[in-house]
Amino acid sequence: MLKEIKVLKSHGSQYIKNLRTQPVSGLFRGRPVISGDITTQEIENVSAICPVKAIDNRSGSIDLGRCAFCKECSFLLPEKIRFTDDYRIASNLRETLVIKPGSENSVRLEEAIVRKEIRKLFKSALKLRQVSTGGDNSCELELNACGNVNFDMGRYGIEFVASPRHADGIVITGPGSENMAEPLEITYKAIPLPKIIILAGTDAISGGIFDGSPALDRRFIEQNHIDLFVPGNPIHPLTFINGIMDLLGITP
Amino acid sequence: MMMSQKLFSEVKNNSFPLDLKEIPILKYDLFYEQVSHFLESEAKHCVAYYGVAISGILKFFCYIADDNDKSIAVFSHELDMDKPILKSLTKVCTQLQIFEREIHENFGVEFNGHPWLKPLRYSYDRFDKSKIIGNYPFYTIESEELHEVGVGPVHAGIIEPGHFRFICNGEKVLHLEIQLGYQHRGIEKLFIERKDSLQRCILSESIAGDTSVGHALAHSQLIESIAGIEVSEKLQIERCIALEMEKIAVYIGDTAALCGDVAYQLGQVVCEALRTLIINSTQLWCGNRFGKGLLRPGGSNYPLSEDVADGVLKIITDVDRRFCEVTDCIYSLPSLLARFEDIGKVTQQQALMSGAVGMAARTCGIPRDIRITHPFQFYRSFSIQQVTLETGDVFARGILRNLEVRESIKIITGLIGIWRKKEKGINKPVYNYELKQNCIGISIIEGWRGEICHTAITDNDGKILHYKVKDPSMHNWMVLALAVRNQEISDFPICNKSFNLSYCGNDL
Repeated sequence: MLKEIKVLKSHGSQYIKNLRTQPVSGLFRGRPVISGDITTQEIENVSAICPVKAIDNRSGSIDLGRCAFCKECSFLLPEKIRFTDDYRIASNLRETLVIKPGSENSVRLEEAIVRKEIRKLFKSALKLRQVSTGGDNSCELELNACGNVNFDMGRYGIEFVASPRHADGIVITGPGSENMAEPLEITYKAIPLPKIIILAGTDAISGGIFDGSPALDRRFIEQNHIDLFVPGNPIHPLTFINGIMDLLGITP
Repeated sequence: MMMSQKLFSEVKNNSFPLDLKEIPILKYDLFYEQVSHFLESEAKHCVAYYGVAISGILKFFCYIADDNDKSIAVFSHELDMDKPILKSLTKVCTQLQIFEREIHENFGVEFNGHPWLKPLRYSYDRFDKSKIIGNYPFYTIESEELHEVGVGPVHAGIIEPGHFRFICNGEKVLHLEIQLGYQHRGIEKLFIERKDSLQRCILSESIAGDTSVGHALAHSQLIESIAGIEVSEKLQIERCIALEMEKIAVYIGDTAALCGDVAYQLGQVVCEALRTLIINSTQLWCGNRFGKGLLRPGGSNYPLSEDVADGVLKIITDVDRRFCEVTDCIYSLPSLLARFEDIGKVTQQQALMSGAVGMAARTCGIPRDIRITHPFQFYRSFSIQQVTLETGDVFARGILRNLEVRESIKIITGLIGIWRKKEKGINKPVYNYELKQNCIGISIIEGWRGEICHTAITDNDGKILHYKVKDPSMHNWMVLALAVRNQEISDFPICNKSFNLSYCGNDL
């Protein structure tokens, strides 16, 4: 008993009080800011080295749905491209993930297109079923971390459940392997209506580094309405939780 | 009589690539005899055995690591694609079963006498497309007394997909068959198709995201070997520190998972928080909690700074004390010990036959640790303590993690001491390297799961002709299947967690 008390004393309080404003450590690679005076030549140079074709070779914008967050563009052009520690980069509109040169704006959810039933039904409790379709287990570990003692998203009634029958939506990780296409479809069908789809991680949103691999089958992802895109390689728990809070309209 | 013919090429880990022409090509009978003779020794095991199709000919390469003299023997044989039939080596060397299955799946080679020639991962470019993942030929036993339990591919928790088929007698598991392949992304082919070196780095970090540092290090080391790039000792030390941090984080996380499975909430919650501290230190260093972006060939974008080194030391010292306190509770509570001890037991013989590596081998008294047996990076100049246990049960796998976390903390502390004395200056990564032509590079490292091997063959133009990845899970999934025999099926989750194997590492 005394030993346990000692452990608890060392453990102290670990939970993050404000998930909206919690600072992240060090050089976290979040929302990029591209200088408005980036030249055509510079755009060509950085788009040529981008390993996942996330940088548009004409406009110079960076698509966070494709970005591997390797920061190599910023290493090449430190004065023109920098990655901020802003982790609130999830959105329900695919286009808002594209960061344009000169933009300092945060990535925000498009309130107008949130389906009405989502907020009406899920605001106080959202149960999710996760399916990994070729995910590399880093996004999966971060989704697990969302419920741990530090991030504790359960405080808002957001939880992962075992059975799709108990779930209100599905969270997909990984680029969409062909061998998981059928199990994904079956799992989704087993969720009662109304239901939401969340894509977690760059691989799920665009295929990431695996885009174009013949081992993928992304039809499910492409043909269904996606309610939330959560970029990251892997997603940061704070990105995921803030994204869902925005989607549900939770204001702490 | 003296043998005048050279039978194999010999290479040391982390050294020069082998000239393809120099590798002797044996007749299969001789290959069979030599490989089976080599593998009789317990100090030797097969690191990789694979086939490459080059203009109508199947070339085979088999790497056998000798733990006693730190050498790797490379054997080779060839086969005409028109007559793809070989006598299976699995009958005499069980550990080769998984490699023969892979070769059979990729090229349709029939291995006569192989008892279990089933698909390994249903790769998109498999030889026989009529074999589909929904129709795996599971082993069955006809009996009214027995029942089957199928689990997956989608599991209860947030984990990767795989299918487990149990044959049970009441609560007791008689047999478990593990069917994988759901995570297949075609990684090995992408390594060849993506000509850009940065793309290959990102790929290597995505083979298994829980081992980003391990796989990215194996890749970087392979490229450096074939391109003839030397990196400074200072960078080598930083790589070892990153690798040890990855190991500490995962092992503490595993301890949390073990506690979760036996409903010991204190252990689970405290270990989760400790893992967070470690991965946040990795983020402090390189901006990513899993170390993605930290490992690059030839140099680093994130040289360790004095501030970060101080931060890491402070955190690991704190974690050391707190992990010690909590594991003292975990491994002294009789109710927990009852769930750990004598559960999921693997014998040393089973581990040897399966070719177990890493933790799965070390908990059965087999001293397999590439950091010691085939040292790489700064481990060549830094001695570390081998940790082995004998009992091969869940308890041993828990305690081994406990001991190795302590050891890793000591290693990091020691390494940072040496690192401080090294001269400043770490190069930027090298992306425009030229690879040596017509050669074969071999890179082996010890990741937290065990031995990771990356190997590549280059062509006339120095382009990558073949790239092979071997994750330790490929050996160890069979060990898990053996561990649950004669166990209660309710003990499966804890057995599974105690191994924590990779699905995507196997499926590639």
